[in-house]
Amino acid sequence: MAGSEHKGVGRRKFIKETAAGAAGMAGGAGAAGAAESAQERHEHDHDHQVVPDDIALRVRALESILVEKEMIDPAALDAVVDAYENRIGPRNGAQVVARAWTDPEYKARLLADGTAAIGEFGFLGAQGEHMVVVENTPEVHNLVVCTLCSCYPWPTLGLPPVWYKSAPYRARAVIEPRAVLREFGVELPDDVEVRVWDSTAEIRYLVLPEQPAGTEGLSEEALAELVSRDSMIGVARVAAPPESAA
Amino acid sequence: MNGIHDMGGMDGMGPVEPEENEPVFHETWEGRVYALGRSIARWGRGRNWGSFRFALESLPPADYLRMGYYERWFTVHVNRLLGSDLVTREELDSGYADASRPRPELLPAPATRGLGSGLLDVEVAARFGPADEVRARNLHPRGHTRLPRYTRGRRGTIIRENGVYALQDTDENGQRLGDSPQHVYTVRFGAQELWGDRASARDSVYVDLWEGYLEPA
Repeated sequence: MAGSEHKGVGRRKFIKETAAGAAGMAGGAGAAGAAESAQERHEHDHDHQVVPDDIALRVRALESILVEKEMIDPAALDAVVDAYENRIGPRNGAQVVARAWTDPEYKARLLADGTAAIGEFGFLGAQGEHMVVVENTPEVHNLVVCTLCSCYPWPTLGLPPVWYKSAPYRARAVIEPRAVLREFGVELPDDVEVRVWDSTAEIRYLVLPEQPAGTEGLSEEALAELVSRDSMIGVARVAAPPESAA
Repeated sequence: MNGIHDMGGMDGMGPVEPEENEPVFHETWEGRVYALGRSIARWGRGRNWGSFRFALESLPPADYLRMGYYERWFTVHVNRLLGSDLVTREELDSGYADASRPRPELLPAPATRGLGSGLLDVEVAARFGPADEVRARNLHPRGHTRLPRYTRGRRGTIIRENGVYALQDTDENGQRLGDSPQHVYTVRFGAQELWGDRASARDSVYVDLWEGYLEPA
């Protein structure tokens, strides 16, 4: 079972790190003995290896072992990290929203078949294979969560923020969405209907937020600048830019 | 499984704490773990390593809550690589691949009718249609399931049929139950059906559910 395996990892790590720490203190015979027994477990000639004592080192060790075994290509890992740090993120979803605000025909296509309409931008791929877009209106407010883990539309929003994956959000979004929204600064009148989308299957959801009043004349590019990640999850409204609000 | 991961509706977890200008990865190693996961997935083919989600859900509850997201992922990657003998404990301890061991070979991917993300290119008759009243079955499988606990036994209305998907559920060892092609429906549950008078009568929760999770109401 994965659970008992995990416990095994934890115990061995604990023993090993205790041994390494004790050896590092140049202590008495007991500490030296513990360090030796840690070394005895190595059945080959790599005893010079510094024992990884935090997760960054353990991850680096695993990566280098898998590279040595030719199971992974570190350049492919670099490319994935670069893609999500620099290209695949909420700016993609913001372009979709801005297009929907400025092009009624696109909006109709987006709400009828999210996958196809988002595909017009090319924002498909892993975790965006089947997209549904839900529209916020003065009468209806939509909110997206994954109570079981972290399902999220990667191609349009990138990787989810920590709070989205956290226990408080996953636990509370379905039972007290209005309280959660209030903490995010969204106060909903009682007569607004709240729809919570628990995306626990293979369909991923994007919220089409309301366009702020006074921004009708803005270009698609300027509108996209206004659209926040949180508004496309449904925990925020899109704020008007200061000049148009004035 | 009725695990700690199935959090919908729990109390006591505290406030949601968003971080201003949060980076995609807080530490370099988090990005490596994420990318590693996508790179090693193909090594599981035919090796019977358990479902990733089942392995995450099987972490001891206290560890699950204590660990950060990518620490959980890393732990599961290590467990699965060890369990399939692709990497040994000694290699992890030393930080070096054991040159005396044979190079792992990529096994062929099983034949699939998949269209990506579990969507299948197969014809299956749909048991339900839009506006049908259904009840989520009172199932408590020991394996991975996508039927959240808070919906079980509750009555809802089908609002959309989403196509035929491979069931993602596993047995108690984390092994997939085969494709088991089924229609997936979006079911609307009234918030008070789920949460009683703690919720607003106006609100609702929508959940995408495989056909086998549902029975006519």
